[in-house]
Amino acid sequence: MNLFFSFSALVILILLAVIGVEAVKLEFLFGVIIPYVAIAFFLIGIIYKVIYWARSPVPFRITTTAGQQKSLPWIKNSKLESPNTTLGVIGRMLLEVLLFRSLFRNTKAELKKGPKLVYGSSRYLWLAALAFHWAFLIIVLRHFRYFSEPIPAFVPFLQNLDGFLQIGLPILYITNVLIVVALTYLFFRRLFDPKLKYFSLASDYFPLLLLLGIALTGILMRYFTKVDIVSVKEMAVGLFSFQPVVPEGIGVMFYLHLFLVSVLLAYFPFSKLMHFAGVFLSPTRNLANNNRMKRHVNPWNAPVRIHTYEEYEDEFRDVMKASGLPLEKE
Amino acid sequence: MSEFKAKPEELAEKINYKTPHKSWMDPYIEIKHGSFNYSGIPKNVEYLKLPNPRKWQPTEDEWQLPENWKEIILTGLKERLDKFRSLKIFMDICVRCGACSDKCHFFIGSGDPKNMPVLRAELLRSVYRNDFTTAGKVFGKFAGGRELTIDVIKEWFYYFYQCTQCRRCSVFCPYGIDTAEVTILVRELLNLIGINIDWVITPVANSFRTGNHLGIQPHGFKDSIDFAVEELETIIGIKVDAPINKKGAEVLFVTPSADYFGDPHYFTLLGYLALFHEIGLDYTWTTFASEGGNFGSFVSHDLMKSLNTKIYSEAKRLGVKWILGGECGHMWRVLHQYMDTLNGPADFLEEPVSPITGTKYENAKSTKMVHICEFTADLIKNNKIQLDKSRNDKLKVTFHDSCNPSRAMGLIEEPRYVINNTCNHFYEMPENTIKEQTFCCGSGAGLGTDENLEMRLRGGLPRANAVKFVNEKNGVNFLGCICAIDKATLPPLMDYWVPGVQVGGIHELVGNALVIKGEKERTTDLRGEPYVEKAKEEIETSTKE
Ligand code: HEM
Ligand code: SF4
Ligand code: SF4
Repeated sequence: MNLFFSFSALVILILLAVIGVEAVKLEFLFGVIIPYVAIAFFLIGIIYKVIYWARSPVPFRITTTAGQQKSLPWIKNSKLESPNTTLGVIGRMLLEVLLFRSLFRNTKAELKKGPKLVYGSSRYLWLAALAFHWAFLIIVLRHFRYFSEPIPAFVPFLQNLDGFLQIGLPILYITNVLIVVALTYLFFRRLFDPKLKYFSLASDYFPLLLLLGIALTGILMRYFTKVDIVSVKEMAVGLFSFQPVVPEGIGVMFYLHLFLVSVLLAYFPFSKLMHFAGVFLSPTRNLANNNRMKRHVNPWNAPVRIHTYEEYEDEFRDVMKASGLPLEKE
Repeated sequence: MSEFKAKPEELAEKINYKTPHKSWMDPYIEIKHGSFNYSGIPKNVEYLKLPNPRKWQPTEDEWQLPENWKEIILTGLKERLDKFRSLKIFMDICVRCGACSDKCHFFIGSGDPKNMPVLRAELLRSVYRNDFTTAGKVFGKFAGGRELTIDVIKEWFYYFYQCTQCRRCSVFCPYGIDTAEVTILVRELLNLIGINIDWVITPVANSFRTGNHLGIQPHGFKDSIDFAVEELETIIGIKVDAPINKKGAEVLFVTPSADYFGDPHYFTLLGYLALFHEIGLDYTWTTFASEGGNFGSFVSHDLMKSLNTKIYSEAKRLGVKWILGGECGHMWRVLHQYMDTLNGPADFLEEPVSPITGTKYENAKSTKMVHICEFTADLIKNNKIQLDKSRNDKLKVTFHDSCNPSRAMGLIEEPRYVINNTCNHFYEMPENTIKEQTFCCGSGAGLGTDENLEMRLRGGLPRANAVKFVNEKNGVNFLGCICAIDKATLPPLMDYWVPGVQVGGIHELVGNALVIKGEKERTTDLRGEPYVEKAKEEIETSTKE
């Protein structure tokens, strides 16, 4: 049901673009207006969301410690799993963001006869997630060769790195293969693992399908249907310099690719994809485990009802006296 | 114990991980016997001035909620979103990758999909999406939104009281999403309309009034400490000093009340008394703050604060220099991560320095409270106490890391150092079940009741199973732990899954091994059982094999 909804949504989007460009000739709409609107949604949406999060304070320092605290000098502190300095926290965050440290811990629990529980390591999720994210990042960076003139220096570097296999013409980029394989794995995993299937929402399938759509249209364009790179670049540079132009004869595949990217951008701030920003604000990871060393202040720390020692002694004075406990007031 | 009769193998065999056909979005729950806790009794709800005191039980159809319950919950949720960034982030960024799904002991032991941390949080997230997000408002169900109904509330009650706030899920989540935080806040919400459990409410009311969960009044406290002193005397031949409410002592000692009333906590208490005597610590007990634990933290941040104030205010009244805390799990979550923020700054205390070794506890310089394992490890390292490990020779020890010390403090090596210096036979359980990956006892966060026994035994299965592993492999017969809830709930868990394994505190081992100046020849351990020379020989021969 959730899958069906996501899938239909994607099909409708594809049809919209194809009909829009092929039949109705709305190149300007699909090539200029929609991308601009999408970018606006993307930027404003992200800023809005991050501000929305940041407006709430962090009342307590609730670090999840995954290693030895700093205590006695001769006990080795685990500086990255239980950091007590800002530097340590930065290290921990870098490990999370660049290498998905926590996901690397993943295990799979199995209950065997006996009963006997075993926890096997289970790193495919980690591997696929890492492959997808890095491939995605590199692909986005490679795209700068379309967006800016002159081409930034890192682009040829990435292209060489990515194409080091030197297979095919145009040269096959490893990231193109990786992203499709990884996304396909992540998608099928949701269908074939009953637990995941049970709790996956439409909004879990949709981004995967959309990203696959983007990747596949991109690949089709590069290796099969071919597009006129010069016109595409003209258009992209036009978009980014706010002097939009719609060159002739770019082909529907390009518009489809661009439209799906626009949908992704517009959808982004409203979706779980915001994890890319949220992970930096997650208080169990981005705070140091220095709780007893350094006081953390809660801006709304409100007074509460308390029971004072005086009230306590008033209630129990007789029994305290009888059993010889010292008193404030006789 | 309750009517729960299923045999261990039967129970394990019936655990079924198949997912139901029905979507989790349709709130449907059956409040199963053996898997829920009774409601808070009206008298104590009223005493704490909490909303909607009344007689009711979760098994009844009609929960007698206030007419505007929905408004209360949604306003309460809004308020908490504005107060806790954690809540907003945890509501917004879960990708439902499922990494947390089989990390929860309740899921492993019950197979109920709503016990997967991700779905537990989704029970709230779906309501959040429906009422607080653009996507949810536009696409409703298709964006994973769900309307808040009475059935959703019942489901919250059932499943957020099947979470022990152990934070194991949070270790594995790529974003650190902490379902315990969600549980804490949902329990706060439920309390706004008078939904709570007695095993939490009554201890909180007791603690508010008498200073401890058990409701022990000052003279009762004194009696039990005096009694422990006498009992220790029969074992070591020395009558130790145990001052209570003594002004001007250097150190205030705070420990869970179960230590002076519960079994096997009691033997740890004897260990403390012996240790403090041996090193000549100038310390005092307190009747007013006679509880280290804080069941208030299982109700709301407010009640946590309300109970926690007693520790600092008593330290101030007695004029001590710093505070030492006994073995307990959730107590240390509160002390380490909340106390200074809630009730600090403790500028009337001094930065803690061990009067015996001169060690400065730099790690506690702001909160000014030191964990007993940090304290004892430092004593041992500096050779300030003499330990005869062979006195624990009949014990083959393993160590259960309690959830909070490991995942909210990082207190991992200190207890191990103490154990290794107090006994000769120490074996670790498998690595996926200890340290930061430790499994909960299954009864924390107020769930340790008899009526909840079945769920406790299920939730405790992963822990028990790991003990069974070292029991079969290494002959482990003693499960050491540093938590009062563990000491209360692991024994029945062991009896059920791994009979023959005793449970006890680390300072019980210390008390056994401690060589005390002027002690009589000790023939029994702190439990009053013989040291058993024979057992020692047996062990020697078996290790030779
Ligand atoms: C700081 C940056 C980021 C970090 C640390 C991060 C981390 C993660 C992790 C650990 C997962 C879970 C593994 C999985 O389910 O595959 C995940 C999932 C995902 N991420 Fe990211 N991510 C980041 C940025 C992004 C960006 C920019 C996108 C943009 C498209 C993205 C899209 C996704 C998607 C679609 C999934 C879900 C995969 C699935 O459903 O199985 N992420 N991310
Ligand atoms: S591990 Fe984290 S992101 Fe993944 S499903 Fe669980 S809570 Fe969500
Ligand atoms: S905090 Fe512990 S009990 Fe609660 S959902 Fe997470 S793993 Fe389960």
